[in-house]
Amino acid sequence: MIRTFNKGGVHPHENKISARSGIQGLPVPGSVAIILSQHLGAPAKPVVNRGDEVKTGQIIAKGDGFISSNVHASVSGKVIKIDVADDVSGYKRPAVFIEVSGDEWLDNIIRDGSVDREIKLNGTEIINRISESGIVGLGGATFPSHVKLTIPRGKKVDNLIINGVECEPFLTADHALMLEKGEELMVGVKILMKALNLNKAVIGIENNKPDAIQHLQSLSAQYGGIQIQPLKVKYPQGGEKQLIKAITGREIPSGGLPMDVGALVFNVGSVFSIYEAVQKNKPLFERIVTVTGRSVSKPSNLRVRIGTPVSALIEAAGGLPSDTGKIICGGPMMGKALSNTEIPVVKGTSGILMLPDSESRRHKILPCVRCGKCVDVCPMGLEPYLLMPLSQHDHFDALERAHVMDCIECGSCSYICPARRPLLDYIRLAKANVGKIIRTRRKP
Amino acid sequence: MSKILTVSPSPHVTSDQSVQHLMYGVVLSLVPAFLVSLYMFGIGAVIVTAISILSCVVFEMLIQKYIMHTEISIRDGSAIVTGLLLAFNLPSNLPWWMIVLGSLFAIGVGKMAYGGLGCNPFNPALAGRVFLLISFPVHMTTWPLPLQSRIQYLDAVSGPTPLGILKETVRSGATAADALQQIPGHMQLFMGQMGGSLGEISAIALIIGFFWLLYKKIITWHIPVTMIATVFIFTGILWLAEPAKYASPLFHILTGGVMLGAIYMATDLVTSPVTKAGMVIYAVFIGLITVVIRIFGAYPEGVSFAILIMNAFVPLINKYIRPKRFGEEVKNG
Repeated sequence: MIRTFNKGGVHPHENKISARSGIQGLPVPGSVAIILSQHLGAPAKPVVNRGDEVKTGQIIAKGDGFISSNVHASVSGKVIKIDVADDVSGYKRPAVFIEVSGDEWLDNIIRDGSVDREIKLNGTEIINRISESGIVGLGGATFPSHVKLTIPRGKKVDNLIINGVECEPFLTADHALMLEKGEELMVGVKILMKALNLNKAVIGIENNKPDAIQHLQSLSAQYGGIQIQPLKVKYPQGGEKQLIKAITGREIPSGGLPMDVGALVFNVGSVFSIYEAVQKNKPLFERIVTVTGRSVSKPSNLRVRIGTPVSALIEAAGGLPSDTGKIICGGPMMGKALSNTEIPVVKGTSGILMLPDSESRRHKILPCVRCGKCVDVCPMGLEPYLLMPLSQHDHFDALERAHVMDCIECGSCSYICPARRPLLDYIRLAKANVGKIIRTRRKP
Repeated sequence: MSKILTVSPSPHVTSDQSVQHLMYGVVLSLVPAFLVSLYMFGIGAVIVTAISILSCVVFEMLIQKYIMHTEISIRDGSAIVTGLLLAFNLPSNLPWWMIVLGSLFAIGVGKMAYGGLGCNPFNPALAGRVFLLISFPVHMTTWPLPLQSRIQYLDAVSGPTPLGILKETVRSGATAADALQQIPGHMQLFMGQMGGSLGEISAIALIIGFFWLLYKKIITWHIPVTMIATVFIFTGILWLAEPAKYASPLFHILTGGVMLGAIYMATDLVTSPVTKAGMVIYAVFIGLITVVIRIFGAYPEGVSFAILIMNAFVPLINKYIRPKRFGEEVKNG
């Protein structure tokens, strides 16, 4: 049976033009800039110095605090400086710059390419290995995976959900991964089941990827307890709350976590990285990135070393189309527009999308006609048409009462608005301000 | 790389449906109803519609330019829709200067006085129609008869509407059944062969427009279906109780402004509720008030008043009928 979430949602043009392109490895670039805060939480502390020689896979920065994550060298070579680099949001972030020489991996990383099905580590060892390997959520939120797997006392998880939804238009990195690395994924899910002491898991995939559904379904016969759940195509189904609702029927309470309804969600990209970390001792230093756009000559899914500049990815996909007006890191619904192409790939980079100039600019804003479409499509049951004017007039307490903090910033409201009102812009502004007020109030 | 890139927050794509698409979609969906009107009433339908649209657009432009000093926004199509719907609510033999006056009221008082598009609490076209009905009751209730005077405008052969006949007959002490003998059969009513406002007569043409609007996702079914069903059920109860005294429910939904009102006037985006539940409540009350006016009131027809009355309650409905938030009520299992 095909399932989906029931509240709101939109269906933008899918544009999955790179779906059949497979995965190609991008050659190691001449130099990389590895940002030290590629994850949610505190930036990692560098453990290398200028002039040090590093090998591929070597740890270069250690997670600092409970919610943080290790960062590893994605190339071998010499640390030329520890400085700041622009991140996708345009902020300057501390980063380790490495000049590449050769590609010498750490000796303990197994590079034979075979599928290793036997899980030798026990639950605690698995979580430790994931922590050491710097695995974070690769769907975009980049939450450290070992933190997710550390279940607080008194909480119980009975639903392990694997996110193969990929509801963002254009992006196909997860799709390609499911097609090419299905076996590894299955073993990865088994590893998570072992770490969580569960005997079942569900992989949710939207049914615009019938080949992936079929492939994993046929594999699942050999891997007991893993169910493949086809989902109706609807954005934002890849959102954690929406996916849990679609698969289990449970709703995370306002302000709550997946654990509150006994669920944990891992993106397929993260699961593959977990497989590599646990079975092959390979830390997270490369990922699959979709490079796409309707004018792009070779839409591709590339296996890219973390820290590679975006320009190298664009070159590999046939160069920057002449009509480009906007380059987006991520998908068109939630991705971030880049100001230049020297920004390095981070663990959360799922795609590079080039939009033509004609589609890059905002439309003229008209008055709200109260059509209610934003209310209709809001997956969180909010009323964006009311939140925007409240935000314009700084009514922060009214915004808090209207549960503005529930917004998941999926952008469905701005997408659907026929008057082209920038609803989400103002809701984000409100969230930043209301969030600040709530945090100040909590302080003693 | 020296290219200048556009940087803006997400989302970076929008749906294909803009305000213009919505407005011109409504205009297009009214073509079948207009063609029926042209067939039934002839040249009068063309004259009234043209004057109404033209004067609405011109008034909006003049008010924006000389009074409000704002950007002229007639290209958004909303003034065209108001003009078209006002015309559809007028008899096809109304003198041109009354139409101009009605347009001025619709646009000037009904819409621009509140601040223009999106700010008006009442449906502008209905405001214009009711203004004319109260100001010129004789002209506004003199209805050209269908198929009789296609080449006349002001001097068209006129007669009462089916609802007018019903009201007069019942008032004179006779039964509804007597009235129905003077009225065309249901099939003719369904096709639109009756006296009435120029755009309201043909149920079939309006229903075709309704399906087009649904297909184009310009409106949802909630308001039209609920309102028509309410009129049908309420008049059905009365009819079952006293079939001699009351007309059948089918008669009630096929005559007067129920179809036009339900599909086009009550569904006006700006003046109808935002949530689906709110829409249903709003439409139920429009249906009830319509029937109360038709059966117990002084006017033979009550759709316009019912919609305007409920327009006034829309802010209240929007305040109390809210969408259910995700995770508001926790049901786990």
